[in-house]
Amino acid sequence: MNEMEFFIDYSRCIGCKACVQACEECDTHRGVSMIHLETIMRPDSVQTAPQVCMHCEDPICAQVCPADAIKKTPDGVVQSSLKPRCIGCSNCVLACPFGVPKYRAEINQMMKCDMCYDRTSVGKRPMCATVCPSGALTYTTRENIERTRQGLAINEWQFGGEVVRTKVNVLVPRSVECIDVGLEQLGVTHTNEYDVAALLSGD
Amino acid sequence: MAKLPIDIVDLVRQFGPSLNRVPITGWSSDVEPDRVVKTHCCFCGQQCGIQLKVKDNRVIGFEPWEDFPFNQGRLCPKGVKRYMQDEHPDRLKAPLMRKEGTGFVPVSWDEAMDKVVSEIRRIQSTYGNDAFALIGGASLTNEKAYLMGKFARVAVRTANIDYNGRLCMVSAGVASKKVFGLDRSANPWSDIPKAKAILAAGSNVAECSPITTNYFWQARENGAKIIILDPRMTPIARNADLYIPVRSGGDIGVFNGMLHIMIERGWIDREFLAQHTTGWDQVEESLRKYTPEYAAKIAGVPASMIVRAADIWGPAETSFLLHARGLEHHSKGVQNCMAAMNLVLATGRIGREGCGYAMITGQGNGQGGREHGQKCDQLPGGRDIENPEHRKYIAEVWGVPEASIPRKGLTFIPILEAIHAGKIKGMLSICCNPMVSLPNNSWVREAFEKLEFFCTIDFFLSEAGRYADVVLAGSLMEEDEGTTTNVEGRVIHHRKAVDPPADARVDWKIICDLAARLGAGDKFSYNSPAEMFEELRVASKGGPNDYYGITWERVDREYGVFWPCPSLDHPGTPRLYEGGKFAHPDGKAHMQPIEWRPAAEEPDTEYPIILTTGRVVSQYLSGSQTRRIGALVDQYPQPLCEIHPLLASKLGIAEGDFVTVESRRGSVTVRANVVKTIRPDTVFVPYHWPLERAANNMTVRNIDPMSNIPEYKICAVRVKKATEPHDAISELEMQAGGVR
Repeated sequence: MNEMEFFIDYSRCIGCKACVQACEECDTHRGVSMIHLETIMRPDSVQTAPQVCMHCEDPICAQVCPADAIKKTPDGVVQSSLKPRCIGCSNCVLACPFGVPKYRAEINQMMKCDMCYDRTSVGKRPMCATVCPSGALTYTTRENIERTRQGLAINEWQFGGEVVRTKVNVLVPRSVECIDVGLEQLGVTHTNEYDVAALLSGD
Repeated sequence: MAKLPIDIVDLVRQFGPSLNRVPITGWSSDVEPDRVVKTHCCFCGQQCGIQLKVKDNRVIGFEPWEDFPFNQGRLCPKGVKRYMQDEHPDRLKAPLMRKEGTGFVPVSWDEAMDKVVSEIRRIQSTYGNDAFALIGGASLTNEKAYLMGKFARVAVRTANIDYNGRLCMVSAGVASKKVFGLDRSANPWSDIPKAKAILAAGSNVAECSPITTNYFWQARENGAKIIILDPRMTPIARNADLYIPVRSGGDIGVFNGMLHIMIERGWIDREFLAQHTTGWDQVEESLRKYTPEYAAKIAGVPASMIVRAADIWGPAETSFLLHARGLEHHSKGVQNCMAAMNLVLATGRIGREGCGYAMITGQGNGQGGREHGQKCDQLPGGRDIENPEHRKYIAEVWGVPEASIPRKGLTFIPILEAIHAGKIKGMLSICCNPMVSLPNNSWVREAFEKLEFFCTIDFFLSEAGRYADVVLAGSLMEEDEGTTTNVEGRVIHHRKAVDPPADARVDWKIICDLAARLGAGDKFSYNSPAEMFEELRVASKGGPNDYYGITWERVDREYGVFWPCPSLDHPGTPRLYEGGKFAHPDGKAHMQPIEWRPAAEEPDTEYPIILTTGRVVSQYLSGSQTRRIGALVDQYPQPLCEIHPLLASKLGIAEGDFVTVESRRGSVTVRANVVKTIRPDTVFVPYHWPLERAANNMTVRNIDPMSNIPEYKICAVRVKKATEPHDAISELEMQAGGVR
């Protein structure tokens, strides 16, 4: 098992946006960044989370595409939309459970992360996972991850009744087997876990 | 005549900062570079390896350099977008002369240099040699730092040369020399992941030294516990094992309190202390009163946090302590650092694998820039300018009479004081933008306005450059060659990628040309930076910071060489103090008892809130380079005032409101960022911006008596809700000092 894989460890992310800045330097889409860096709830916390395309085993974006413009390579990478086919309908944008594809009006086409196919196909690591200074984004072998990380690399997500398996792995505490994505309305749900005033009062 | 020749708005129109958003070849992907140059990022002391893509003598992009061991391809956003400073519309391409009412006009090099030399001569013959001051910078290469020191002593013959490292980490340097006997991080970064306890104080690692993040997280994967001290919950603090929201300037409370507990619990390595240190008895005596409760009052945190910190640090098998500006930027900065060092020494955990100490230098060549003579009290190789032996050795290397080398001069803030007092009348600066980076901005501006002559060597017209009579168009890092010394003490090689554009010149040629015109040409007849390095090797030989065994060839072959390296067959010294052998003549570490004392200006009824300042990840220092890079400006376009909701609601301030933050010295009007991640008694404003957005309008110019570092990290302010400002400065683009 020496195959290179993509791993995300959200707990390592420091929100520096090196990934965002480097993504737009990639040759196939220079000037356009495909990775998203989410600021979770800045009033409450400095938590951030990078979002690459997770490359679903059964990609919903491709399923809902009426023009059959989204293809998966034999090695499991879900490609960006094919220019001659994409009709810019945004079905994929709406359907993706991870919010990855973005419709670009100026070219009337959906574009998204293809895990730097141009780089990985010539033995390089994806740009974001190369520059990431915290190791939140890593492209390496599973063996290496198991040797160097305490967390467990899993790739199964539960969205309501839907189970999604992805090519990209996420590092989670050892007790977790599947990531259950519950509904949480950002800006409404608040946490005091990172409230400095609460820490100071000894709460 | 150091006054603005025209209105600021007109200067901004002409010289920026404006934003470069697109590579010179456009965003098209089919441009193949002619070559790829392995070099280093210029934007902080980590000095990450990076490759610059070059086509037709222009930098067109970057590629990670995965073989360089320190960062293995990792970069922060500044490194990624660094190449956008090349081919920039604001780039200075010819010498400029101030013209009243017009601004700046391009002139020939002869005209510019004649003016500079005649003004140096006029001022020195009228007021004395020391009436002309030089200011250098810690983003210069080792070769240029060495050159500036020699230029001051041999060509200009002034005692008054200092540099902007004085604003950076000098407290750590002074403390290190006093306690360990040498001014350098004690360990290579490869020791961090081997430590079982990590304590980082006053260091926003995630934003100011992002590459270090991975070393921290890797330590934790290996079982380490991480303790962070900071008034703000920064990204590294969020996932630390213990985050201590210390009151700015209260760190000594935490350190002494921890040691007090460690003594009680027997977590002190008394055998190590007896064999390898002096002063422990006095330290122990001084710690008696630092009960957790007493310490907690100083630190402004619950006593239980200090106990927990001691529980983690005390019994740890291995440990690594790091600090940065949050400890150092205080009028007791040296004391803060020495108190931290006591934690390291008391456990005997230094000088072996996974056990050590480091200061995280901030500027590009924060380490090397402070070693070779551009400090007012120093000669090359970390030698002491007042030491007769040291003076004699350097006089021989330079081929000058020992008596001709000036004595110790003034440090940066006292230089400004001497300008105010009318004792210093002229100044030449390189690699420094004091109009953003010095505290108490209006006082700094008044000093500039009192200068009879000011010259700056720069590649962009910085906010300070606007006050110049002559601007000499110099070089970017990638337009010249040389070495720097990274945060670990590793000497590395910056390779030249391109030539300076048009009529701009590499910095060292400008300085050597000035030296020649001042009559010292024979001492500055270098043909290349490599020749300067050869001289630096000899000049440092036998000194504390010994580079003699380091050659550029070795640096390239070995991915850098750690000083001290006294001979060509010496492997270099990644880890200092092995076997408990410290750098003092007695071989011991000299521990100092530390008493906490208040800051120069603590909050009071009139100004009841603490202001602390710092950086954001997308900007570098005074922003003269990074406020010109569109992608970096977009990431954090203007300074915000971080304020806790408890304090904000008391003041009637909501997220996004304009607020005026005001001290006894000045104010800024910026938007509020209401966040729970800061102490409710403290507000934070980052310092990278100029004019009415300069955090340094508010800060105090009080300095540490030993290191002379200014107290950037604490002063007293009041905060009130404001209306959106619409004056001419506020209407400028945000990177120029405007506000939206």
